[in-house]
Amino acid sequence: MVEALRRTPLYDFHIEKGAKIVPFAGFEMPLQYAGAGIIAEHKHTREEASLFDVSHMGIVKIEGKDAAKGLETITPGDFMSLPVGKQKYSYFTNQDGGIVDDIMVANYGDFFIAVVNAGSRDADLAMMQEKLAPYAKVTEMADYALLALQGPKAREVLKTFAPDTEDMAFMDVKETEIMGEQALVSCSGYTGEDGFEIALPAVKAEDFAAALLDNPVVKPAGLGARDTLRLEAGLPLHGNDIDANTTPVEAGLAWAISQRRRKEGGFPGEEVILAQIANGTDLKLVGICVESRVPVRSHAVIKDENGDEEIGMVTSGSFGATLNAPVALGYIDPAFAADGVQVKVVVHGNLLGAKIVKLPFVPHNYVRK
Amino acid sequence: MSEKRFTKEHEWVELDGNTAVIGITDHAQEQLGDVVFVELPALSAVVEKDKQMAVVESVKAASEVYAPLSGTVIELNAALSASPELVNSAPEGEGWFVKITPSNPDEFASLMTKEEYDTFVKESH
Repeated sequence: MVEALRRTPLYDFHIEKGAKIVPFAGFEMPLQYAGAGIIAEHKHTREEASLFDVSHMGIVKIEGKDAAKGLETITPGDFMSLPVGKQKYSYFTNQDGGIVDDIMVANYGDFFIAVVNAGSRDADLAMMQEKLAPYAKVTEMADYALLALQGPKAREVLKTFAPDTEDMAFMDVKETEIMGEQALVSCSGYTGEDGFEIALPAVKAEDFAAALLDNPVVKPAGLGARDTLRLEAGLPLHGNDIDANTTPVEAGLAWAISQRRRKEGGFPGEEVILAQIANGTDLKLVGICVESRVPVRSHAVIKDENGDEEIGMVTSGSFGATLNAPVALGYIDPAFAADGVQVKVVVHGNLLGAKIVKLPFVPHNYVRK
Repeated sequence: MSEKRFTKEHEWVELDGNTAVIGITDHAQEQLGDVVFVELPALSAVVEKDKQMAVVESVKAASEVYAPLSGTVIELNAALSASPELVNSAPEGEGWFVKITPSNPDEFASLMTKEEYDTFVKESH
């Protein structure tokens, strides 16, 4: 029996905007909107500002004076040093060092917020409630919506609703007020552009979305553009590029493990992860550019330049509208993982010329201080 | 005087004398979304009715295109390599795929008329 798909508080809004609805991670989500399409929505995000509904992701509140300490028992993240008003990228790991989910954790002073992926939302919540029980109270903010406003003009738009967000830098978080409601704002996203993720009460989500679209620079964008934008930004997708069978070291995400955590350990899978940091891995996540317009998709086999030896596999790939070329992420033998190395990718039975490139494909436009 | 027919796989074929022009329907391009690459058969290739003839790559996915008629490819739409988006903007015009010389013109009669195709699309959605 197939479980019924869930809807976000913005479902009616998507229908009204002519969205093509697709099932994604157990939710009915907009793939793209009428009158636009993935490429147009992608370009609009890079040039102006786009509104994404990301309410399928889980917003988990962690309250208690030992919240940071507790989080460090289930992630390799350094939350004891996370200042109030800041957010960090991290991941839940398993005993084999695999990535159970990747997350954003923010310190709001009185509480921490973890934003988790839709696909593992319920499992993450149950795990956190169990493992963090000795340290903190864990609740899902199920009556909140999560909206992402992304693009170079996101900042000038959001400040008309919340003037105190104007000076936020990348990975800053702030509790503020939007249209008379409490809102949790983080300066981050999944597009490589400047932008914000805004949690606010679900009852207010539609009004806020409509008010954002009243500004002519803002257009809605769906999951299709979200995927091509994150690919160009070189950001891995959990379930495709990273999962319980890939480690943060293989995925090039060990930067999120601080020197203190490496020294002290105390997180699931520390033996595997610390050994890989010291000795290297058999596979490494890289960016791949093909020398044609044929998009390379996940599961495509990567071979050496002569097309003889199989050296890796693509884990996600699509067409990057900003580069006007296909972009892909995949795991390969580290011997081939240097910038500019020529390889071949098998697409529809043909060997296509490709090269390994440094990530991101498109430079990030984060506002840093 | 040419006549146009349609397939259940959402291809169209316009027969004019001994030449058939083939493409995908407006409904098909709408389902695919932004087309970024079209892999056409080789010139002079022999295509067989209901067998794969081309591949359309949209941002989302790759989709096979089947030959609505058997025949020999006599012309490719060269414009598609530089402007694959023509499949979206003019699927039943400038976004055509190939021209073939049908080897069995009787096959044409088995295809759907415009009215039949429109009903088919409506009923399958």
